[in-house]
Amino acid sequence: MSDIPSELKFARSHEWLKQLPDGLAEIGISDHAQHALGDLVFVELPEIGRALGAGESCAVVESVKAASDVYAPVAGTVVAVNDQLRHTPELINRDPYGGGWLLRLRPEVPGAEAGLMSASEYGVLAAQG
Amino acid sequence: MVDFGGWDMPVAYGSQIEEHHAVRRGAGVFDVSHMCIVDLRGARSRELLRGLLANDVARLNVPGKALYSCMLNDRGGVLDDLIVYYLDDDFFRLVSNAGTRDKDLAWIGARAEALQVKLLERRDLAMLAIQGPQARERSAALLTAEAAWSVLELQPFFGAQIGEWFVARTGYTGEDGFEIMLPTAEAVSVWQKLNAAGVHCCGLGARDTLRLEAGMNLYGNDMTEQTSPLESGLAWTVALEPSDRDFVGRAALEALRARGPEHKLVGLVLDERAVLRSHQRVLVDSLGEGEVTSGTFSPTLERSIGLARVPVATGASVQVEVRGRQLPARVVRVPFVRHGKALISLV
Repeated sequence: MSDIPSELKFARSHEWLKQLPDGLAEIGISDHAQHALGDLVFVELPEIGRALGAGESCAVVESVKAASDVYAPVAGTVVAVNDQLRHTPELINRDPYGGGWLLRLRPEVPGAEAGLMSASEYGVLAAQG
Repeated sequence: MVDFGGWDMPVAYGSQIEEHHAVRRGAGVFDVSHMCIVDLRGARSRELLRGLLANDVARLNVPGKALYSCMLNDRGGVLDDLIVYYLDDDFFRLVSNAGTRDKDLAWIGARAEALQVKLLERRDLAMLAIQGPQARERSAALLTAEAAWSVLELQPFFGAQIGEWFVARTGYTGEDGFEIMLPTAEAVSVWQKLNAAGVHCCGLGARDTLRLEAGMNLYGNDMTEQTSPLESGLAWTVALEPSDRDFVGRAALEALRARGPEHKLVGLVLDERAVLRSHQRVLVDSLGEGEVTSGTFSPTLERSIGLARVPVATGASVQVEVRGRQLPARVVRVPFVRHGKALISLV
């Protein structure tokens, strides 16, 4: 298991959130989650402009083994999606915290990510399986 | 790791898709020691098997020849599928599934006793499946020149005892290769030598995607005690001739054949970006419903494929309910892939 980047925040459902300098939040799934899913083969991404509530299903990642919903860790509006994943979903397996990002949100409430887990707290959860 | 019929087995050693491609393009090795190996010894072994199996071991006349068959219950349902090797007139070897071990041993044992046939489960043997276009030469390279010559001479669906090893040119991937039964104490070192020779480690995940591309059924998914071989794409494994051979399930199969099966097992291809999974509902225009029995993403075809049990009159297309959406799927003949080549049209 690779190191968990300390600047990220995590949801219990294994999404990560990265606070970007322009106030946007980048969302992806954790290394632990991609490992559990195995080789990803399809990714469904939301439409730009869609308003998401916290905890709302916003994407689907499907592996050889199973399909899994991805939930918005905070409420916000979708401003960008990672189009590269449509043809190379394996980016999520290779680089879950970098090139495998899923979408970017403009959070409805600035600072809402404070309610999420820290990297070290998430590390404990992931270690429990 | 997952529990598989009481065995702790890896789904994948690394990337399942890379393992899959290794078998289609080079060579991969699977630890299939969970498979149940049973030797039958006794002068009446052939008689026993002619009464137990839906396929007819009378077809086996050359030592080493293998036959695929279902073992049925009285209702014609499939108790298990297995491979039987004819080794001598008083010696046959069966290889069946791990999850059905206890049931099979009890079922066969109950009938063996009356015919003085002895059952010996070979838990002393491990089993490695080496599969892929380069599998045979890579495996033979581990043997002495003389033994290598013998295994490379093996014809498809034949096995031979070579020293302590039983080597068979069989498999569950749609590629050429061997299944080797060998003393458990040797298995780890053989595995490591194969890896060192460039044979990729492969887990249960790749085993499933490979067998499904090859159009091979999985017991418990595609056929069960509730379904007959005639409704499972396995009519070719049922020997109703000669008509005087009485085997368990024969009467039920004849009755089913006379009234006509209501269902059939077909291959499905989904050209949409979604994955077929077992138990998804299949909708067939004006004919009713069916069910996906196995589904996966095919790494060779880069789209989803599956097997489904559908009404017997089903035509060229169906709808499958995938995660709340109805998606069109093509009905195709299996196998989907054989010897590395796609056998269906890719649109």
